Amino acid sequence: MDIEVIKPGLATSVQDAGRPGYYNIGIPLSGALDQYALCAANLLVGNEARAAVLEATLLGPELAFRAPAIIAVTGAEAAPKVNGEARPLNESFAVRADDRLTFDFMKVGARIYIAVAGGIDVPPVLGSRSTYALGALGGFAGRKLAAGDVLPVGKATAGGRAGRALAGDLVPTYPKSLELRVLTGLYFHRLTDEAARTFFEDTWTVAPEADRIGYRYRKGHALAFRERKQPFGAGSDPSNIVDAGYPYGSIQVPGGLEPIILHRDAVSGGGYAMIGTVISADMDRIAQMQPNNLARFVQVDMDAALKARAEYKGRIARMSAALR
Amino acid sequence: MSGIRYSFGGDEHIFVEIDEEMSLEAFFKGMAICSDLEKRRIAGVSEICPSNASYLVRFDPDVIHPDKMLRTLQDIDAQIGDADLELPTRIVEIPVLYNDPWTRETLMRFRERHQDPNSTDIEYAARINGYGSIDEFIAAHSGAPWFVSMVGFVAGLPFLFQMVERSKQIEAPKYLRPRTDTPKLTVGHGGCFGCIYSVRGAGGYQMFGITPAPIYDPAQKLIYLRNFMAFFRPGDIVKWKPISREEYDRDVKAVEAGTFDLTIRPVNFSLKAFHSDPGGYSRSLVEVLHGH
Repeated sequence: MDIEVIKPGLATSVQDAGRPGYYNIGIPLSGALDQYALCAANLLVGNEARAAVLEATLLGPELAFRAPAIIAVTGAEAAPKVNGEARPLNESFAVRADDRLTFDFMKVGARIYIAVAGGIDVPPVLGSRSTYALGALGGFAGRKLAAGDVLPVGKATAGGRAGRALAGDLVPTYPKSLELRVLTGLYFHRLTDEAARTFFEDTWTVAPEADRIGYRYRKGHALAFRERKQPFGAGSDPSNIVDAGYPYGSIQVPGGLEPIILHRDAVSGGGYAMIGTVISADMDRIAQMQPNNLARFVQVDMDAALKARAEYKGRIARMSAALR
Repeated sequence: MSGIRYSFGGDEHIFVEIDEEMSLEAFFKGMAICSDLEKRRIAGVSEICPSNASYLVRFDPDVIHPDKMLRTLQDIDAQIGDADLELPTRIVEIPVLYNDPWTRETLMRFRERHQDPNSTDIEYAARINGYGSIDEFIAAHSGAPWFVSMVGFVAGLPFLFQMVERSKQIEAPKYLRPRTDTPKLTVGHGGCFGCIYSVRGAGGYQMFGITPAPIYDPAQKLIYLRNFMAFFRPGDIVKWKPISREEYDRDVKAVEAGTFDLTIRPVNFSLKAFHSDPGGYSRSLVEVLHGH
């Protein structure tokens, strides 16, 4: 049971729940940027929540199925079509041998997740099937998909059936303008008082340079760092520090110009001061922002971050129960 | 040192700055705390990343509360205190073709992004560090060993810190604007840090040469990559060995044939012994490489 890639879309790759444990040698977590949508797609087709799926960015792929399968599409609003006929989002459906799956443009949201009952069965590398393209590691041949690739599909369990759907508030929405909650810290104290204020007051626009490594934001005020004699080993710009590890979700502002939030294919460290970190509960929301979408940063404390995390986990638990 | 600073990186990380400035002491302290934390095998801890003068820990706050995680790290620091730090590690010899044609071709393409468009990276670095010739600079660069003080940025890329007194350390600024290309296995330098680019890609460090020795390979073809696809670990010690174009070509053929290997020896590094005689202690480390 295989799937042939007719057109790869803009950036489509195999992703699962990720590859923790190797960040100390520069191999990042990887995995689906929107973990809620990954979980939903898998549960809809009867897979375990962490199975490997296809993640497509902004423009979906065209796929040909060589055998019948149960599939589901979650994430961004991009109506799936089978041989040109519309199919629902957030609901499992059947495809037959030789069926073609295509997508409309993503109207809202930036990433779709295509799960197949049985999961995409590329060989696991370091415990994960996720693609880390910068290191040519995992996924399909260590890279994003290309026309002519043939993807192996695993053996489906008995649980997969058509017509299973997400309902009510379990269906995610992706606003074009949103708030991202930030725990300040790290090198936040290096910002001037004014920069510390405008960072949270300004509305920021997602730049075209937004990918699995990081999301760049622009159109806010430049952020000045306090002048100082730079410590030995740090670069000469006031936004430089002695190269250090970057947390996932951390925000750096090279040269004080445009904030970059690192995501799951993060560069693991470097010499730019991080001024805070987006809380874990909001990382999926970044994944669904298109270029030109708007964000405001909202300062929260650890208690609020943990409460948001509990709500996020609670929602996944409710989804798991509803789709069991 | 100015005192350890702890900061949460969101709800899943603690970032610990041992010192604002780079030093062997700060690196050793971070390494010692990270090794101790590793040994404790604490449930919920998923990443332990020592890096230069700091370290980063990623944890699951549903398994271990952030406050408890923080207290654990503070306890480890208190227990280690200012003990004489020793590190069981290994020393490896890395062949380098300095001033090679590939980095030269690349640096010529990005001259307008450099501080000094009229000289090459190695000429520029030799001059601003007070060396009369490129040969003198190469002798200084390859003379004393270097510590791997961080591995990362991208998969398997080592940052290296030269084991000489601070006054003798080579320093060079990064490019004014980063290049969009760097040959794979380029030996680079930015600030006080050396590096080896493990994959081809963007970069801002000065380019001094290239090594024939692969250091990251998911296919794990060479003997020294069989255990793991990335060779370097924080704490490794590197000795550069200048090689000729003929030796480089021979090594590259051996890499292609799958027969290439590196000289690697276990050593025990003592910070105290190093400080009492940096030159002599470095020489004794290098002797370990050659079987003395």
